[in-house]
Amino acid sequence: MANNEISKFTNIILHVIFIILSITCLLPIVLVFMISITDYDYIVLNGYQFIPEKLSLEAYAYIFKDYSVVLKAYGVSFFVTITGTLVSVFISSLYAYPISRTDFRYRGFFAFLIFFTMLFGGGLVPWYMVYTQVLDLKNSIWALIVPMLLSPFNVLIMKTYFQMSVPPALIEASTIDGAGELRTFFQIVFPLSLPVFATIGLFNTLHYWNDWFNSMIFITDTDLYSLQYLMYKMISQADYLSRNGALIQGSATELAKLPGETIRMAMALIGIGPIVLAYPFFQRYFIKGLTLGSIKG
Amino acid sequence: MITQEKRSAAGASSSLPVRRSTKRGSMLKHLLKHKVLLLMLLPGVLFLLVNNYLPMFGIIIAFKNINYVDGILGSPWVGLDNFKFLFATSDAWIITRNTVLYNFVFIILNLVIAVSIAIALNELKNKLAAKFYQSIMFFPYFLSMVVVSYLVFAFLNVEYGFINKGIFALFGLDELNWYSEPKYWPFILPLINLWKGVGYGCVIYLAAIIGIDNEYYEAALIDGASKWKQILHITIPLIRPVIIITTILAIGGIFRSDFGLFYQTTLNSGALYPTTLVIDTYVYNALINMGNLGMSAAAGLYQSVVGFFLVLGSNWIVRKVDKDQAVF
Repeated sequence: MANNEISKFTNIILHVIFIILSITCLLPIVLVFMISITDYDYIVLNGYQFIPEKLSLEAYAYIFKDYSVVLKAYGVSFFVTITGTLVSVFISSLYAYPISRTDFRYRGFFAFLIFFTMLFGGGLVPWYMVYTQVLDLKNSIWALIVPMLLSPFNVLIMKTYFQMSVPPALIEASTIDGAGELRTFFQIVFPLSLPVFATIGLFNTLHYWNDWFNSMIFITDTDLYSLQYLMYKMISQADYLSRNGALIQGSATELAKLPGETIRMAMALIGIGPIVLAYPFFQRYFIKGLTLGSIKG
Repeated sequence: MITQEKRSAAGASSSLPVRRSTKRGSMLKHLLKHKVLLLMLLPGVLFLLVNNYLPMFGIIIAFKNINYVDGILGSPWVGLDNFKFLFATSDAWIITRNTVLYNFVFIILNLVIAVSIAIALNELKNKLAAKFYQSIMFFPYFLSMVVVSYLVFAFLNVEYGFINKGIFALFGLDELNWYSEPKYWPFILPLINLWKGVGYGCVIYLAAIIGIDNEYYEAALIDGASKWKQILHITIPLIRPVIIITTILAIGGIFRSDFGLFYQTTLNSGALYPTTLVIDTYVYNALINMGNLGMSAAAGLYQSVVGFFLVLGSNWIVRKVDKDQAVF
């Protein structure tokens, strides 16, 4: 075969472009990191800089001096993410499996029931009223979990996967051997479909971890603030830090010289934390899952 | 299974009353046979009824003058007053224009750049490096919009932001009030959207490119086609189906916006509303900040109904283009 590779020169140019693009993708995070470890007085004078001359870990010290607020928010986020992911993967697969079964006559009806929700919805106001008036979930941790339990998109991916990876003959054989539907599902279908369970599980983990919207509309109780919502509060309300006594224990004079800007950015990094650590593992599955979804059928 | 189908088909050919009872009997039998499957569906069905179908009845709020004392059903009907009020203000025009224009720009920009990057990534000689670049460019997709709003703030903050203090100061330019000047945001928002989403789009197009049979390129090479010609006449035409599908589906959602992008990164700054308010943020603000349930519901219904026809329309087009890719 003849050589169909790009020329050495083009290759170098492309690498240069990609290095620049990669840096652009990471630069904002580097900036936030640098701000978080910059001395506050230096920032007041020079603004945010990539290479500050005076460093300080003051911001982290402040946050960890009274860590209860941050710790509580971490607790809420972890609880919501773990519970939400487990329950939603479970419910999604329980929904996807029957509609993947060709011998189930009403699969069309149930498939329509869920996919119609992609087409039409009542809108935010009636939805909000259902959760606050009917279910009475305002200021309940379940308001952060329940709304995201079932997504038509995830059900679609799982249904397609079940159809592709589990031969109907296998299910039939299992039934003939006397296994009930549940046993067939847990002992035959589940082990054969682990990759899709992992993919959807990761989608959900990210979704729950990054959610702030449900907190914003349903939560006013500070004990139920998730990490993302705490961060939102800190950036949206300029005076949040000085008003929130719980975060800072100290005299009024100490309050006045609070390194607000650096605390904010340190908070952002604390919020990104777990995602950065999980990223290498996450993205591999994400790319697989997305590739799977894009060339379906 | 097959014999059972045949039996009921045979029953259907006999007289009417018999057919009825057989049909009902077979339905009951089928339901009983699959009672466990039905039980498995139950949690999901309950969720859909509460989370999705119950709110659909709530659209009557858009036609009522809601007060909490009388409740949803007891509040007086006002007909189309909420809609009249909404469309009488300039808000309706601004939010519609912003929603559609931003989404239009996002679709074009993300498509062109993601496809270009995917093609270039595929051409790199060093596959390990290509994977590495892809991983890094995918990273912003994992950040929440709250984190993104911090990153944007680090650059645009008026007092300390890197653009004002680091770049403008260096060139002796005047500091800009980014969070109160609407005119810059039609450029800032597409940039943020691109930064966050291009890695995601790249994965999908790269998957399609890798799927192309190498023989096409070998044949083209024998014919003496340059790399540029190969991209133009092989790569792009062969990934066209994926491009068309993603684009049409995006057009179906052109009436919906990324709430986080428009709410978080602008810090919901009222001064920026002329160029940043979209239907989603308008509905939210009207509900939470103004407490105007009726008008907020009216705007939400307007969005749902137009969105419904846009999705149906785009799915209809997808069906024409490639039947297998249609969602329904």
